[in-house]
Amino acid sequence: MDVILLQILNGLDKGSAYALIALGLTLIFGTLGVVNFAHGALFMIGAFCSVTLQRILSWSFETIDPDKTDFLGNPATVKTPYVVEWFGESTGLAIIDWSVPLAILFSIPIMIAFGFIMERGLIKHFYKRPHADQILVTFGLAIVLQEVIKAFYGANPIPTPAPSAFTGSFDFGLLLGFAENTIIYPYWRMVYFAFSLVVIGGVFSFLQFTTFGMVVRAGMADRETVGLLGIDIDKRFTFMFGLAAAVAGIAGVMYAPINSPNYHMGMDFLVLSFVVVVVGGMGSLPGAVLAGFMLGILESFASMNIIKSFIPGIDQIIIYLVAILILLTRPRGLMGRKGVMEE
Amino acid sequence: MSKLLTTRRSVLRTGAAAGAGLAMPTIFTASSVAAFTNDPTGSSVTLGFNVPQSGPYADEGADELRAYELAVEHLNGGGDGGMMNTFSSKVLDGTGILGKKVEYVTGDTQTKSDAARASARSMIEKDGAVMITGGSSSGVAIAVQGLCQEAGVIFMAGLTHSNDTTGKDKKANGFRHFFNGYMSAAALAPVLAARYGTDRTAYHLTADYTWGWTQEESIAAATEALGWNTVEKVRTPLASTDFSSYIAPVLNSGADVLVLNHYGGNMVNSLTNAVQFGLREKVVNGKNFEIVVPLYSRLMARGAGANVKGIFGSTNWHWSLTDEGSQAFVRSFGTKYGFPPSQAAHTVYCQTLLYADAVQRAGSFNPCAVAEALEGYDFDGLGNGPTHYRAGDHQCFKDVLVVKGKENPENEFDLLEIVEITPRAQVEYAVDHPMFAGGDLGSCNGGA
Amino acid sequence: MLGLNQRDTKFLLIVIALTLFTPILLQPFPADSGLAQFNAGYPDLMQRFAIFGIFAIGFNILFGLTGYLSFGHAAFLGVGSYSTVWMFKLLNYNVLPGLVLAIIVSGLFALLIGYVSLRRSGIYFSILTLAFAQMSFNLAYSVLTPITNGETGLQVYNDDPQILMGENGITTTHFFGLKMNASHIMDVGPWQFTFNFGYYFCAVIAILAFYLSLRIFRSPFGMMLRAVKSNQQRMNYTGLSSRPYTLAAFVISGMYAGLAGGLLASMDPLAGAERMQWTASGEVVLMTILGGAGTMMGPILGAGFIKYFENIFSKINDQVLHGWFAFLPDGLENALVWLLHPFVGKGWHLTLGILFMLVVVFLPGGLVELGQRIRNMFRKKPKADNDGSHKPQQTPHVAE
Repeated sequence: MDVILLQILNGLDKGSAYALIALGLTLIFGTLGVVNFAHGALFMIGAFCSVTLQRILSWSFETIDPDKTDFLGNPATVKTPYVVEWFGESTGLAIIDWSVPLAILFSIPIMIAFGFIMERGLIKHFYKRPHADQILVTFGLAIVLQEVIKAFYGANPIPTPAPSAFTGSFDFGLLLGFAENTIIYPYWRMVYFAFSLVVIGGVFSFLQFTTFGMVVRAGMADRETVGLLGIDIDKRFTFMFGLAAAVAGIAGVMYAPINSPNYHMGMDFLVLSFVVVVVGGMGSLPGAVLAGFMLGILESFASMNIIKSFIPGIDQIIIYLVAILILLTRPRGLMGRKGVMEE
Repeated sequence: MSKLLTTRRSVLRTGAAAGAGLAMPTIFTASSVAAFTNDPTGSSVTLGFNVPQSGPYADEGADELRAYELAVEHLNGGGDGGMMNTFSSKVLDGTGILGKKVEYVTGDTQTKSDAARASARSMIEKDGAVMITGGSSSGVAIAVQGLCQEAGVIFMAGLTHSNDTTGKDKKANGFRHFFNGYMSAAALAPVLAARYGTDRTAYHLTADYTWGWTQEESIAAATEALGWNTVEKVRTPLASTDFSSYIAPVLNSGADVLVLNHYGGNMVNSLTNAVQFGLREKVVNGKNFEIVVPLYSRLMARGAGANVKGIFGSTNWHWSLTDEGSQAFVRSFGTKYGFPPSQAAHTVYCQTLLYADAVQRAGSFNPCAVAEALEGYDFDGLGNGPTHYRAGDHQCFKDVLVVKGKENPENEFDLLEIVEITPRAQVEYAVDHPMFAGGDLGSCNGGA
Repeated sequence: MLGLNQRDTKFLLIVIALTLFTPILLQPFPADSGLAQFNAGYPDLMQRFAIFGIFAIGFNILFGLTGYLSFGHAAFLGVGSYSTVWMFKLLNYNVLPGLVLAIIVSGLFALLIGYVSLRRSGIYFSILTLAFAQMSFNLAYSVLTPITNGETGLQVYNDDPQILMGENGITTTHFFGLKMNASHIMDVGPWQFTFNFGYYFCAVIAILAFYLSLRIFRSPFGMMLRAVKSNQQRMNYTGLSSRPYTLAAFVISGMYAGLAGGLLASMDPLAGAERMQWTASGEVVLMTILGGAGTMMGPILGAGFIKYFENIFSKINDQVLHGWFAFLPDGLENALVWLLHPFVGKGWHLTLGILFMLVVVFLPGGLVELGQRIRNMFRKKPKADNDGSHKPQQTPHVAE
């Protein structure tokens, strides 16, 4: 029982990353009809927003300390971050410590601007082109983006710790009456889960309860009619692209402490997020979220030792296996509309 | 670019007069033209540096390339000579190798055995490289080693830690300076037993591919011999980025030590995840829970940040060593590039010097002569103490460093502290040790 | 000739001529010059051109004709390689049994995957093939290691049975005694040309493969496949079931991929699991679209383009750059090297990515379109290409 609870917890956490990426991906597909292979790269850029902000905040001036020596035996330089100099030791270090949550604020304008430029500069020209061309050009863009990041930050993962207030883990087991240490879960991962719920809820209520969202939903259902009503739907869709980029971006920002960001993390998520979107149903927002959590949980279960000893290697293929089964039994995905992308 | 002579054995050369495409062909059997593949005939000799330049190990590859460039500079008489001054053999004099200026070509292995072999083949076929070296993973090293055996050039392995490289996949043309999984385990286990006691229960998480398996086998055997129990060995997919679902059940299993048989990005992520789960603050079976990373790479460990503090592991070499050779190397590398070299940089630098030295001593670039000069060779002054290149499997035997993540690093490179230098005698094993059995060195192939 | 009309015969003859003279055409720079870096006429790369050409031709039969975008074709390539290496391990180094087995096994594998995947179309088909291929890759890398030798890649060991290998058998891949790595080097002035048997072996097979695909393109079967692409629904309404046709195309293109995989292993007897990874599947998609999907020459051009980048640009390092610009004053030399540095050597992916984007944005028909535009520029009068009719059709916006 406790093992199962633990893996459900794990799955929800994994699933929240999948759901956030898939949400943006399906938002772009549902509004603009574009298959965006650069979406993983947007997630990666979000994570590197954390890294960048951390670097900016720990921007330092160097003083030479004659008592210490560096690895060559020369007098060592000691770096003092400017924020420490300006705000004093405790405040300064606290600001650096909180760089990841602060990076959310930092990343949203960057990602929206990035999404705008990407849509207006590149994607716009591909609405009338075959999906294969869209895949190719966005894939090319993804390669370019990750190579640029690699050129600036190197290929190694860069540690981006969460604020120290969130280190350690919480003992769920005690809460539920199990023995100590049976169900423990890190605080930051719980924050990530809660965060993803907030973002998902935010996006849904934006679409559901604002006029803007209503128009966008109408446009998704019947773009032509909305256009005939004299509404400039293109402009709104462009904004939705920016929004989707921002969702991917902040998902990346918050993910940075879970796994140190590296330049190819986007590609690692890309295939997976497409599987999630297709399982959920192309263009269906609730489907993407549902499929994200479902696949996360299934993946966690498949990595249990009992199940692995039963079917060796199941954790390697579970996601794909589920995708195949769902596509064969329910071709439009869990919640997709019939006929989308079947041409 | 020098004359290019390609593939082995049946190379037929035709001299055709300039302009006359169909001049009288003068066909020789290969052996009468050249005794071996890519015999350098001009005033220079080309070495092939085949390292990962894209993919997750690109930074390690870049560091290897720096060390290669440094080694070439030193061989050609530039710079301060680095470890050439401390090397026990004194036949290298800064005039290249056998009087030929050393040149090099570089390639990208992409950390894929296919791409690595394509790149190595182009170096041999197109650029006339007489020796191939490099690599930052065992799969690639083994694949390229096999290619070099077939093509008849020497392969000086870079960073490869799997037992198989000089075990079941050993080849007569391949040589490894780096240590291996067995040595890591043999050095690490006694230190672990001394620190954590002999009454421990270990839980293994292992990268699900050949290197991970040999590492797991080695460390489990070594710790069990000292009284530890192994409660579970779990294989994790290579493509995993999030190890939470593998780490979460660890505390429930009754284990009090977690062994992470991961390398590179896998290691960074699994260690980060394990520390996030707060495993190290837990007390199980009345003992503090501990994490062990058998193979450390300082370069990659940086990605795990503060999470490495206090965690034991082993490494081939570390820049903080105080022997003459290491210091000379760190000085010359650090002066040129501004930061200390990694263990990958060190091993490839050594391999380049060792190759050059062997050619010089053999008096020939012929792979068979070079192999003979390397086999059973004893040397010192390259940073690992007295070292022996064993003839039976082409593995170097030298001291192994047991290290620990440093609690209070003084600078960004100061991540590991050396806990113990395990003497060579303790990590030696027989050529036919079961973990290395099944291979056949074969006989050296000079190509042509 | 050979059941082709006059125009196609001419086309085929041009392709044959280009293939046979590749060792000369790809070696335009004298061996001693600084530009020799750009020469591609060495055996390994020429073999790869031919092999990936076959792979892309096969992929084009499926994608170019039916419009079904498979994202898992590398799985067949990998299966072909494994079959061939197993034949080397069990019998001997003769490539023929291996290639035959590679085609059979990949054909069966394609039949299996195709039968399941072709129940869906559009992106669902892509995801299904992708899922199958990724499963194959993940399993080959880990639990199937006894068959595939996992990370290291399957290779031949001295203690393998090799039952047909006599006492003094040939220890390198060969075709009835003709060794794949046998080369004939010709020096013409400062130029040096390498004629490699392995390349010509691949080239002959590639020409046969090309001829076969030309026949398929021009056959009623090919017409049927094009009908699937242009309007499958209408085809179904006329009472034709499209499934047998698409499945046949899928299996044929899978067999092409298996053949390519077998040839890869025949040139270099090692089969690595990475051959099956999704990025490898993506590569053949890129090759085909980059060159021009649905055209005969496009996929081959695309394959050559990508392999050239991978093998030539990745080898240009700072030392080489300095060598090129050595004649310039130091400051300018360093500035140029600094400028070019990010795009060559370890940055070859970046250059490739930028070129992809440029091609896709400005040349929707791929490199073939570029060739046509250049030709039209010189001729001044637009001339419809014989392949123009089956370029990818524009797909309407999904929300329209």
